[in-house]
Amino acid sequence: MTERLPVQKTYKLFIGGAFPRSESGRTYLALGANVACASRKDLRDAIRIARQAGGGWSGMTAYNRGQVLYRIAEMMEMRQAELAALCSGPDEVAAAIDRMVWYAGWSDKLAQVIGSANPVAGPYFNFTVPEPTGVTGILAPLPPLLGLVSRLAPVIVGGNTAVVIASESHPLVAIELAECLATADVPPGVVNILTGLRSELAPVLASHMDVAALDLTGADGDGAELERLGAENVKRIVRGRADSQSPYDIAAFLELKTVWHPIGM
Amino acid sequence: MATAPVLPGGFELPLEPRLPRLGSVDAVALEERAASLATRSIKREAKLFALDLAIRMMDLTTLEGADTPGKVAALSSKGIRPDPSDPNIPSVAAICVYPNLVPYAVQRTKGTSVKVAAVATAFPSGQSSLEVKLLETREVIEAGAHEVDMVINRGAFLSGRYAEVYDEVVRVKEVCAGRAHLKVILETGELGTYDNVRRASLLAIAGGADFIKTSTGKLPTSATLPVQLCMLEVIRDVHEETGRVVGMKAAGGIRQSKQAVQFLVQVHETLGLAWLTPDRYRLGASTLLNDVLMQIRKERTGRYQNPDYFTVD
Repeated sequence: MTERLPVQKTYKLFIGGAFPRSESGRTYLALGANVACASRKDLRDAIRIARQAGGGWSGMTAYNRGQVLYRIAEMMEMRQAELAALCSGPDEVAAAIDRMVWYAGWSDKLAQVIGSANPVAGPYFNFTVPEPTGVTGILAPLPPLLGLVSRLAPVIVGGNTAVVIASESHPLVAIELAECLATADVPPGVVNILTGLRSELAPVLASHMDVAALDLTGADGDGAELERLGAENVKRIVRGRADSQSPYDIAAFLELKTVWHPIGM
Repeated sequence: MATAPVLPGGFELPLEPRLPRLGSVDAVALEERAASLATRSIKREAKLFALDLAIRMMDLTTLEGADTPGKVAALSSKGIRPDPSDPNIPSVAAICVYPNLVPYAVQRTKGTSVKVAAVATAFPSGQSSLEVKLLETREVIEAGAHEVDMVINRGAFLSGRYAEVYDEVVRVKEVCAGRAHLKVILETGELGTYDNVRRASLLAIAGGADFIKTSTGKLPTSATLPVQLCMLEVIRDVHEETGRVVGMKAAGGIRQSKQAVQFLVQVHETLGLAWLTPDRYRLGASTLLNDVLMQIRKERTGRYQNPDYFTVD
């Protein structure tokens, strides 16, 4: 009996709920593994799919979105060992799972905290309600798992869809996280994760007219240029902290809509 | 029935006994060739050329029960000046509407290069009497349509009554003659086989079609690359045998620039540069135009575009 050959995992992209290779067929070496090297075309496809997924995701009830985020945490809990092997260790995984749960709880509380009922001088009810901004591009910061979860969770909990460019040096754990997302009832296209060369992908993401917001927390040195590219369609640009946990990180990706409603109608 | 000198040798009428034997298209080879032509990579200047050409060849179409004079007016304006922010974008070839809306399209496009095409002959099913079809054709021409898109009688074709199909085309052509271009819609999605597509194409050409057109756009399967190739080969054969020039119109299901470019590549490869003009080739489409405009702006600015920044027709 010969010794069994183990089946090795091929690290691919995560686009529209599927795990395709890069359409370019390219890979690059990161942490001793061959990782898909996404092309501009992959990025364009991911953005198109994220936009299509936006209506369904933002139209779900807040309660339901919270359940999906909670289920992501459940799936991460099941894969703790695999995740820990690809990032700094079990502590980072635990922190990332807790952060996901923390944000899951916010989904049906956002409107109360960030929105308001405003006193106005006239026979009107006046409400301010938060609405998702749209497709959000994220340059994931380090640490590879906690940084990614800390920036991704506040974006999607508010009803946005995300196109993430994983850390170039530590991309593996992002794809491992994608395995959790794929089994967590996250509708296809709500989160798309690309691995590849940031210098190649980030400018395309920043200049794309269909991207409404950009999280540059993970940008290194090229932030100003990316902001300039994002100015053409007045993208919402966010530079947060890689380890923050705050409802204002959610608010950063929400638009506030104020409505006037006549009293007694 | 008379003979039809416009057909290649061996294709002489009478049709009834002969047409069933005129088919025999190699379906596997046809699909393979269509698929291999679709893999051509068209980039940069060539892509811009193709996109510009696609707009100039476009029959901007609205064929809905919900069409109103207002919608046709808006569509006509869009056809004349597809991108208000860019004067370099050409006008489309024609606006294609239902018979009732022809006067509005004619009024809106007066004085421009944009023509008006009207669907007629009980579009899309063609299930009506010949008198009604002829009357409808006459009406749209009198209303000012430059081009008539007729449908063939698929019911007759599929039951083998080829002469009836042929006669209808001939009669409609008589009404159009000298006054309007006749495009004959085969509705290939209902014909079933490539053999039938080839037969119907020959029949339409023999009957006097100026253009042959794939589909009405009302079926789930409309213009596909193999079907167009099949029809283009008929046009090529007729041209080689008789010198007669017949145009081609692909319509239905062409929504993306990439598809449009693939259709154009096929025309170029099969019929050559001579057919890459709006007089000989048309693309029937509605949503395609905005996608083409987005691609052109992407090529010019380097930024991928968002449909929100383009006018809804």
